[in-house]
Amino acid sequence: MSETLTATTVIDPIDRDVALESATPIVIVGHVDHGKSTLIGRLLYDTDNLEEGKVAQIIESSKKRGLTIEWSFLLDSLQIERDQGVTVDSTRIPFRLGNRQFVIVDAPGHRQFLRNMITGAADADAAVLVVDANEGAQEQTRRHAMLLRLIGIRHIIVLLNKVDLLNFDEQKVRAVEQSVTDLLAQLDLTPSLFIPASARDGDNIASRSERSPWYKGPILTEALAEVPDGNIRATLPFRLPVQDVYRFDDKRYVVGRIERGVVRVGDELSIGSQNGTARVASIERWSAPVRDEAAAGESVALVLEPDVIPARGDFLYSPHQAPEKSARIRANLFWLRQEPLRAGETFRLRLATAEHQVTVASIDSVLRLDDLTEQQADEVGPEGFAEITLVAGEAIQFDPFSPGTSDGRGVLVDRNQRIVGGAPLLGPATVAAGSHAIHPSGGEVSTSERARGKGHKARVIWLTGLSGAGKSTIARLAERKLYSDGIDAYVLDGDTLRMGLCSDLGFTEADRHENVRRAAEVAKILAQAGQVVLVALISPLRADRALARKIIGEEFEEVFIDTSLATCEERDSKGLYRAAREGKIENFTGISAPYEAPEKPDLHIAADKGDAGQNAIKLTDYILSKVR
Amino acid sequence: MDHLDQLEAQSVFILREAYRKLKPLAMLWSLGKDSNVMLWLARKAFLGRVPFPVMHVDTEKKFPEMYKFRDEYTEKWNLDLLLGYCPPVEKMDPTLPPAARSAARKTAGLAAMIEKHKLQGVIAGIRRDEQGTRAKERVFSPRGASHKWDIRNQPPEFWDQYATPHEDGVHIRVHPLLAWREIDIWRYIEREGIPIVDLYFSKNGKRYRSLGDKDITSPIDSEASTLAEIITELETTRTSERAGRAMDHESEDAFERLRVAGYL
Repeated sequence: MSETLTATTVIDPIDRDVALESATPIVIVGHVDHGKSTLIGRLLYDTDNLEEGKVAQIIESSKKRGLTIEWSFLLDSLQIERDQGVTVDSTRIPFRLGNRQFVIVDAPGHRQFLRNMITGAADADAAVLVVDANEGAQEQTRRHAMLLRLIGIRHIIVLLNKVDLLNFDEQKVRAVEQSVTDLLAQLDLTPSLFIPASARDGDNIASRSERSPWYKGPILTEALAEVPDGNIRATLPFRLPVQDVYRFDDKRYVVGRIERGVVRVGDELSIGSQNGTARVASIERWSAPVRDEAAAGESVALVLEPDVIPARGDFLYSPHQAPEKSARIRANLFWLRQEPLRAGETFRLRLATAEHQVTVASIDSVLRLDDLTEQQADEVGPEGFAEITLVAGEAIQFDPFSPGTSDGRGVLVDRNQRIVGGAPLLGPATVAAGSHAIHPSGGEVSTSERARGKGHKARVIWLTGLSGAGKSTIARLAERKLYSDGIDAYVLDGDTLRMGLCSDLGFTEADRHENVRRAAEVAKILAQAGQVVLVALISPLRADRALARKIIGEEFEEVFIDTSLATCEERDSKGLYRAAREGKIENFTGISAPYEAPEKPDLHIAADKGDAGQNAIKLTDYILSKVR
Repeated sequence: MDHLDQLEAQSVFILREAYRKLKPLAMLWSLGKDSNVMLWLARKAFLGRVPFPVMHVDTEKKFPEMYKFRDEYTEKWNLDLLLGYCPPVEKMDPTLPPAARSAARKTAGLAAMIEKHKLQGVIAGIRRDEQGTRAKERVFSPRGASHKWDIRNQPPEFWDQYATPHEDGVHIRVHPLLAWREIDIWRYIEREGIPIVDLYFSKNGKRYRSLGDKDITSPIDSEASTLAEIITELETTRTSERAGRAMDHESEDAFERLRVAGYL
């Protein structure tokens, strides 16, 4: 192969203009071993889209491994992938068909790599779903189809691969086609087309097969050329999520990418977090022709008049075409974390450039992949799909996601800044009659207003320790003292809670966990009402206290009432230790159930020493230092 | 919007995200065509400015034309230039093939600069179409304390939501040109009038298609001496861009090993 290049070939000028058009992303998905990578290699080869170097590389690599020619090696250009025989990550390959540009996204079929798949497929316009005609739809076929629905890809070409194994028998192929149609119908997906093909042999990929004379529809390359280029974003009402605000040379620029619609100089715009509007004084560009308008997809810099300062995440929009606004939002979800999701967990919801704290108020349904039915469930497992309700402390502005748009799609981010889920937003959630939804807090009266009114801040003081350690006694004494000092303090006592709110709970680990959760939720509400809450609860497990901290947030203070087991057992004011030793009580903390002492409590009270009064003063002083 | 407008808008968005989220931030400037395009895009994003330092990790083996270009445009574009140097080749992993060993110097030089300036973000001009392993990259690619690229454990990245550093010692490689192809780069250079080192243009029947160190980069046979001719040439060629870069071809996995260790 020569490296000599000549510049003498003249490119047709029309051809060259078209080459400047944007590329259509096409994602190729399907169950492992149904032939995706082979299809792509074959497609690139048959349509003359391979660099000479690449063909040589494939042949070389195939030879080294004693194979004739393995098309999938083209994509699996990473050593580790070849050695394992699976595609590890998604790859994007530019591809040209006649006058049209495409980007092929190869998404892996291997199950635990969903996050790589979503990384590759998230912005595709159309998909080719490869189904082995001999095996029919498999687990990952269903999983990938569901993902196509969630990311809003509606143009789906089903390539029935390996039809040579069915001897190109029309009846057999039609039967597979019907079963795949039925499956997709369950997900509200209607494929645009079924193509019987053999990727390995090249039948109906780039040339019409003589082995399937009964098939009159388009072959794959023809079908790709017909994929609609559906950019409708510019025709929608204007939306600009503010990315940043710069001040250069005494001029302020509001920058961001337009997600929908068109903006013109002179337009009046509403600003999400602020009342009132501002006018677009100019659209600034550097080293570009002056234009007094900009459309969806453009990254712009606006100068506003008056010179207001929006925040990152604010929406700029036409005043009479406001987005939705709600503190409760229904969303689809695909879950990427290894640990399951449960209701009550708190995340950051990133929505375009905005970030909001949200709690999963409820898991409304979970998709069962075996039969694609929606089930009631308490948790969403790894790589699961669900419909959930999110609640935020403040109303969130958003547009529900719809196919063909790029916004209205949130991601959930955990405390370590990891993306744990994708959440296309469905719309505002209404509270159905009889639902168990928790209402978001933070109405018209702000936390700081309440603090000013009461003269102190709110806190949840979480007292943990063995039974009989003195938690309730110390808490009650402190409550008395604080109240006398003008602090609105209140004790939530474990035993009292168990009499009422938690009377349905026993002492198994699951019940104790629920007990802690309920206490934390009640404490949170009281704290939001401005109170200083003293929770006296054994709460023996670190994980449970971590949950309480998560539910309550910044206001949480952990206090360890550290009384040794020996002292508690000696006191045994309720006679419980004796009963536990005699085996009359099961799961008794310190005897037959573990107590995990806090590693770094916010306050440590060594309660073996000193009397309850002295310890209460210590606690009171600590609380006063925090709330005043 | 045509294809170049779309690429430009996306790159501007990425650069603005990096500027907002990563501090301190710096951009790598290899003096090649891609990093000149990247600088140009930064000026698009920040209305004619480059509001962060530009780093040149110098192997001291570049072509004289490149050094001249660097000094000229540092001044013209008012760049805050940070210079770093690379350790001698004898200190590199001796199991690497010779040219890759030479390229590994740059990795070491870069690591030292990241350390020295405590950088949280490093903007680099790699593209997916250059090389198979680069095709697997993220726009925001987190690197741990050892600067290693963990191919098997890359974070999900979709809907323009990028990874942010969550612990000390992690820095992010930002890749605003990931979606660009070689031909897009040239068309953009032509459209925007972006200056480049003239080694890319044919002289005596030879030109450089990709610029690296003098000793491990070779020119191709070409008569293309203008931008229009280069673009026409690329439209008709099917030889890969990095064919002239020795370290990519010494062994099947040489380049991947370089990248895993932190090479660009």
